[in-house]
Amino acid sequence: MSWDVAIIGGGVVGTAIARELARYQLRCVLLEADGDVGTGTTKANTAILHTGFDATPGTLESRLVARGAALLREYAARAGIAVEPTGALLVAWTEEQAGRLDAIAAKSKANGYTRIRSVPVSEVYQREPHLGPDAAGGLWVPDEWVIDPWSVPLAYATEAVRAGVDLRLGTRVTGVSDLPGGDGFELTAGPKPLRCRFAVNAAGLASDVVDRMFGGGGFTIRPRKGELIVYDKLARTLVSSVILPVPTARTKGVVVAPTVFGNVLLGPTAEDVTDRADRSTSAAGLSALLADGRRILPGLAAEEVTATYAGLRAATEHSDYQLGLYGRYVRVAGIRSTGLTASLGIAEHVAGLLGEAGLPLKPRPGFGEGESACAAPPLMPYLGEAGPRPYQDAARIAADPAYGEIACHCERVTRGEIRDALASDLPPAGLDGLRRRTRAMNGRCQAFYCRAAVSAQFEQAQFEQAKPGAPDGD
Amino acid sequence: METDVLVVGAGPAGLTAAAELRRLGVARVVVVDREMTPGGIPRHSEHAGYGLRDLHRVLSGPAYARALAGTAARAGAQLRTGCTVTDLRASDGLPGDGDGAQAGGAGLSCVLTSAAGIEEVRAAAVLLATGCRERPRSARLVPGDRPPGVLTTGELQQRVYLGGERLDGRALVVGAEHVSFSAALTLAHAGARVLALVTDQPRHQSYAAFRIGAALRWRVPVWTSTAVTRVTGTAGRLTAVDVASAADMNGVTGGQARTVACEWLVFTGDWIPDHVLARTAGIALDPGTRGPAIDTAMATSTPGVFAAGNLVHAAETADVAALSGRHAARQIAAYLARRAAQASSPAPVPIPVIADPPLRWISPNAIAPGVAIVTGMLPPPLGRFAIRAAEFRERARLEARQDGRLLARSRPLRLIPGRPMHLRASWLSSVDPAGGPVHAGVGIERP
Repeated sequence: MSWDVAIIGGGVVGTAIARELARYQLRCVLLEADGDVGTGTTKANTAILHTGFDATPGTLESRLVARGAALLREYAARAGIAVEPTGALLVAWTEEQAGRLDAIAAKSKANGYTRIRSVPVSEVYQREPHLGPDAAGGLWVPDEWVIDPWSVPLAYATEAVRAGVDLRLGTRVTGVSDLPGGDGFELTAGPKPLRCRFAVNAAGLASDVVDRMFGGGGFTIRPRKGELIVYDKLARTLVSSVILPVPTARTKGVVVAPTVFGNVLLGPTAEDVTDRADRSTSAAGLSALLADGRRILPGLAAEEVTATYAGLRAATEHSDYQLGLYGRYVRVAGIRSTGLTASLGIAEHVAGLLGEAGLPLKPRPGFGEGESACAAPPLMPYLGEAGPRPYQDAARIAADPAYGEIACHCERVTRGEIRDALASDLPPAGLDGLRRRTRAMNGRCQAFYCRAAVSAQFEQAQFEQAKPGAPDGD
Repeated sequence: METDVLVVGAGPAGLTAAAELRRLGVARVVVVDREMTPGGIPRHSEHAGYGLRDLHRVLSGPAYARALAGTAARAGAQLRTGCTVTDLRASDGLPGDGDGAQAGGAGLSCVLTSAAGIEEVRAAAVLLATGCRERPRSARLVPGDRPPGVLTTGELQQRVYLGGERLDGRALVVGAEHVSFSAALTLAHAGARVLALVTDQPRHQSYAAFRIGAALRWRVPVWTSTAVTRVTGTAGRLTAVDVASAADMNGVTGGQARTVACEWLVFTGDWIPDHVLARTAGIALDPGTRGPAIDTAMATSTPGVFAAGNLVHAAETADVAALSGRHAARQIAAYLARRAAQASSPAPVPIPVIADPPLRWISPNAIAPGVAIVTGMLPPPLGRFAIRAAEFRERARLEARQDGRLLARSRPLRLIPGRPMHLRASWLSSVDPAGGPVHAGVGIERP
């Protein structure tokens, strides 16, 4: 048996590609080394839905971020994924930085984003009265939004799986060989080798390793670690938009951003590392962030920290995406920190490349030819703080009292929502997966109160599924 | 729904307050708790030692929780569990519908969420008794990996006593105060081997150390002046913890940094009041306790809203929290009586009580002048103020001064951070009702 397309990597990019290809009459398999989707670079980011205003004009990244952002805004709305149109305020803190604002605005326009505009210092403080002193000027970017980053890959993967894509978790690709006659590849992955006519490498931090298996090369993943601090929800009133710094040549800098979950995020740091598995925070990184926080938003210092974490951006020695078609192999690497925003744009582009390479793209019945890419996404549980949550929805509780039983008190997650996540198309493999699907145990007490109740419900569900005669999850 | 008093939190303070309110003749008392079982923290603390000061007997935590819940229910308080108060606000002097005769109308409005739905409860008075919790590792900014096996005492006790989990392997406990030894006991009970208690303080902070050490039949070393500097582990488990001399952290050389292999790391103490409802309701917090600022009548900045228990002094033992609840109940009953009598005399202005360094906080945070028959100043629960010190100090005398005038001075005692300390309030009669704030501090010991 042979697959039409094997997609390697179940991060936000790989799941988006799987979802895109699922619209066509194709047999696709999505291979993920870890036990859940979205656990690599996708898991730990700043959760910003970018405009691409600060990309390098003319690059593929610039084009795909812009296209992806437009698609994701529509997709999130249809899938019920939390998005908040916060806008971003890029703040210059010195006269020297203020002198660079015009160039940033010009670059934005070269990227096709024209709604950026310069704002005087008075407007900076009018928009963000809690900012630290000495702001010297600013730019207002109304379309930089914040988004629920966990639900995006889950929605893509759910949609793909429902459309027939075979998602294989815990399946690492360890070898690739060419099929005779250039008819595709044989992948060593899991217990049995697997054949495919086309292959897509969306392996994120491992994309260079996978690329070499396909005979590629020419780039190396150089992970750039970013440490972040999540502040308590009680700090959320301190800031209303994303506060960006004037970027340097090396990094976009430390951001203060509201999250759709109602917290405030401070970060990321940018440290080039060699270890691709090391997601540890450091004393130096956290104290640097605290210093930045005190300067940008002094009120943060008095607030409690809910969580700290670090993510690894899949950067390379090159400045643009490493994305291209090589025979029947598509390489999608070096997506760095823009994968979430660009994901749907990248997926569309990859499908186009596969079409060029001879993959027949015949729409599946139900997916009309000219239909929007966002035709019928699955409806995801709404995890945002802005809209009504189940515990606030009287009609929903009346219909199902489990939505009135709050299990996680800090995040106000109900037993009904946990039950739904455990019974979803993509059930979590562990408590961390449950956190990303529901927010349970992610709050200020870090499970001081709810751990016993939540894990009991999780284990009960595992037990029920393991019972003989229980419906098999195929 | 309308009630005379809504008590938020069915822990020792809330349950004791509810029983006392009923005993004092308050008609309608509703206690809500977001957990499914009433009792609060003692529910999952198996060791004995509960009930000494309030029930005058010694019980295990769960037995104590059951006893308090039973007493409140028998007294006629309505207990509602699995029910979260999501909002609290003043309903701007709504006159009530004649139903709240004793209360003279319900002046506060709360939103409750439970399996029964969302409902508004109007109450003449609200007692916040939402307790406290320990700061988790993340809030303490301990860097490193994020493996499982890193927890707080609260989570540990729930997993072991409510979940029946067995914890094999080696454990480090961060903290060396009373609760830290309790965590060590729980770990031993669950099968873990406690390697040490680690504290950045120069010595342990608990009288219980030796007693519990004996109970465990081995000595738990206490690594003093030591800080946890890094957590190492995989997605599957904790593997090691780095500790360093606390002096090192300040750039002083000479201390040893080392890596300790272990599977469990429990962060204990470092209490923070569960003040979310208070804060979102716009109630003023005390910067020291971080709970609602209260006077000796347990009244907060919002008229009709009172606070008691470990929400206002995180953390005292359960019996002290219970007695704080009983004290609050009496003040609430008096408040309701004044409301019913439509007493229109201006509210007396409380005199602030301020903790000066090296004291970290004092609770209550103000002295309420007595009213009506009771003249003079109203004493705090148990006739004493709760105090925490910010640093160790030998032979310190606690002092209370008003406008520079010495009101009281304690015998020499040892200041120990984290350890509950108290200042008897026998000096309240000397407080000048027209004077400035009372400062609690430490006198200089002359040789």
